[in-house]
Amino acid sequence: MTAPTRWTDLRRFTGARVALGRAGHALPTAAHLDFQEAHARARDAVWSELDAPALAAAIGPGTRRVASRAADRRTYLLRPDLGRRLRAEDRAALVAAPAPGSFAILVADGLCATGVQAQAPALVAALRAGLAGAGWAEAPVVVACQARVALGDEVGEALGAAAIAVLIGERPGLSSLDSVGIYLTWAPRRGRTDAERNCVSNIRPGGLEVPAAARKLLWLAAAARRLGETGVGLKDEEPVGLGATQAAGRVEG
Amino acid sequence: MSFAQTIGGTRHVFDDLRMLMARASPPRSGDMLAGLAAESAAERVAAQRALADLPLRHFLDEAVIPYEADEVTRLIVDRHDAAAFARISHLTVGGFRDWLLGEADGAALAALAPGLTPEMVAAVSKICRLQDLVAIAAKCRVVTRFRNTLGLPGTLSIRLQPNDPVDDPKGVAAQILDGLLLGAGDAVIGVNPATDNVDNICRLLAMLDGVRERFAIPTQSCVLAHVTTTLLAIGRGAPVDLVFQSIGGTEGVNRSFGVSLALLREAHDAALALRRGSVGTDCMYFETGQGSALSADAHHGCDQQTLEARAYAVAREFSPLLVNSVVGFIGPEYLFDGKQITRAGLEDHMCGKLLGLPMGVDVCYTNHAEADQDDMDALLTLLGVAGVTYVMGVPGADDTMLAYQSTSFHDGLYARAVLGRRPAPEFAAWLDRMGLAERTPELLPAPMRGALA
Repeated sequence: MTAPTRWTDLRRFTGARVALGRAGHALPTAAHLDFQEAHARARDAVWSELDAPALAAAIGPGTRRVASRAADRRTYLLRPDLGRRLRAEDRAALVAAPAPGSFAILVADGLCATGVQAQAPALVAALRAGLAGAGWAEAPVVVACQARVALGDEVGEALGAAAIAVLIGERPGLSSLDSVGIYLTWAPRRGRTDAERNCVSNIRPGGLEVPAAARKLLWLAAAARRLGETGVGLKDEEPVGLGATQAAGRVEG
Repeated sequence: MSFAQTIGGTRHVFDDLRMLMARASPPRSGDMLAGLAAESAAERVAAQRALADLPLRHFLDEAVIPYEADEVTRLIVDRHDAAAFARISHLTVGGFRDWLLGEADGAALAALAPGLTPEMVAAVSKICRLQDLVAIAAKCRVVTRFRNTLGLPGTLSIRLQPNDPVDDPKGVAAQILDGLLLGAGDAVIGVNPATDNVDNICRLLAMLDGVRERFAIPTQSCVLAHVTTTLLAIGRGAPVDLVFQSIGGTEGVNRSFGVSLALLREAHDAALALRRGSVGTDCMYFETGQGSALSADAHHGCDQQTLEARAYAVAREFSPLLVNSVVGFIGPEYLFDGKQITRAGLEDHMCGKLLGLPMGVDVCYTNHAEADQDDMDALLTLLGVAGVTYVMGVPGADDTMLAYQSTSFHDGLYARAVLGRRPAPEFAAWLDRMGLAERTPELLPAPMRGALA
């Protein structure tokens, strides 16, 4: 790309809202209303529902479905503690059919179901292929509704899994209504903290693409198996250019 | 010890200081989530009356989290300056509010800061209205220095926050130029990395430092990685101006962030040893936010605003250049709507300032909170009147990496204009030299044209 000479040329280099112009000190009307539209769409996305039966069917036979103890979306938003706990009957069902020592995968709606619905089948397929190649025992994929990241701790514990990857809808932003994150936790059990996980974030068209995300997660899984831990002790020292990961980022609920 | 207050014929009893503080807190979803909030408006006022009658000396006798159980409590107790406290040691919490609103001035408040504990300032904030939170904070003077001077009277600084979803250096650089064209960047040019990869952090640090040197900008840069990653980067010789870390008000929440006081001390020493500041040595940058301790299940039955104030005791131990609450970022389970976010932002700012911190606020909200741009405009304006040290600057208010809305570069221009504030003096002079002080030219200033080639 040629070097920028005009303010508006900056737009070629980023998807961020640069070079919007000025009306006095404020945004010009068109840019202001663009923002209002994006916010309205993001607000609606937060309240979107996961079609769990369709997602389970798309992932394939043997996929299991669970739900957290948050009965509806409003409860989910106000009571994250309930979103981290399995319904008793769902926990019992997982305990009754465990997968000891396996690498488990949980697909969860999180704060926005749109991206998970669209991208989880391809992500799961890419992860499964890589995990099989690395000699991991496979657990049935679990799909969860009204779920927080830490629900994976209870799911992994119930299955007796060695590690769990939680594929979860990220909070929708104005420029990303369809983003998925993957949180990797070694030896999952209730009470794990976020400092004990590694995260591959911003998986979406135009962000981190599915193959790169799967490759990064598999690199982290191999490192976790070697170290026997995840989180801040597992430093992502893989050379640059293979995707985005994060250990214990900004403060967040 | 227990406390009791009778309101309208009903006697309300509070088992201990921790419970009294929680019940006295203005309503917010996080305290309800923790089961700590007052159960009625009358109970809340009863707690506020009882709290107002409490002598400030009591806070030196009763800890909200035991000394033996928590290194943040030990820090607060061990660092308390009894001589500084003597000036107000005869006051109750209510009397302290009156004194703060009345005779206290900037010099007195600066001298008092080491004598205040976080719990004292949290307590007084709970019996303040918004205008009190504004008026008291506006009296505080906190000045810090690294490569420029922040917090001088009549100034309002902006952190330029050029986050990119995949840490693309050109995407970051384009946002930096946009921010500079709109007068932002005097607080810091600070990137939240999408990835904590050490190579990536070093690459971003080198890029930020290159931009700063190329345009000779009198400011500092920061990549907001985990402190252990920044230590690795320092070990590799990367150009680290400021060391960043998220912190909280209990040992447990800090453990959940993967840090301790000892680790922060190690990082502070490492950054000081680099001697990169030109006008000062304040080289730490901390972020905090109400609700983080409950989120980490490390709140010890304390309300979230008291714990937030305790995080400031951790911050001030390390003479930071910058501290900000990320007030609307942590989510609606802690601050549900614009009203709760607004109050919390003003509480955090005043409490930080009273404790002697260069307090900024990330005026922000997420898309699952009941808030919008109108709420942010109101909070930004109130904080500006309160003398906030800095706010964030994000292109078009939309952070495409963290997926939330903060204040825009335009918002910074608005606040400076309506409030009559200027950037930090060294940075204001640089904007003048670049021809950017009054307007944004359609053609980029000549030195910037080759920047992204």
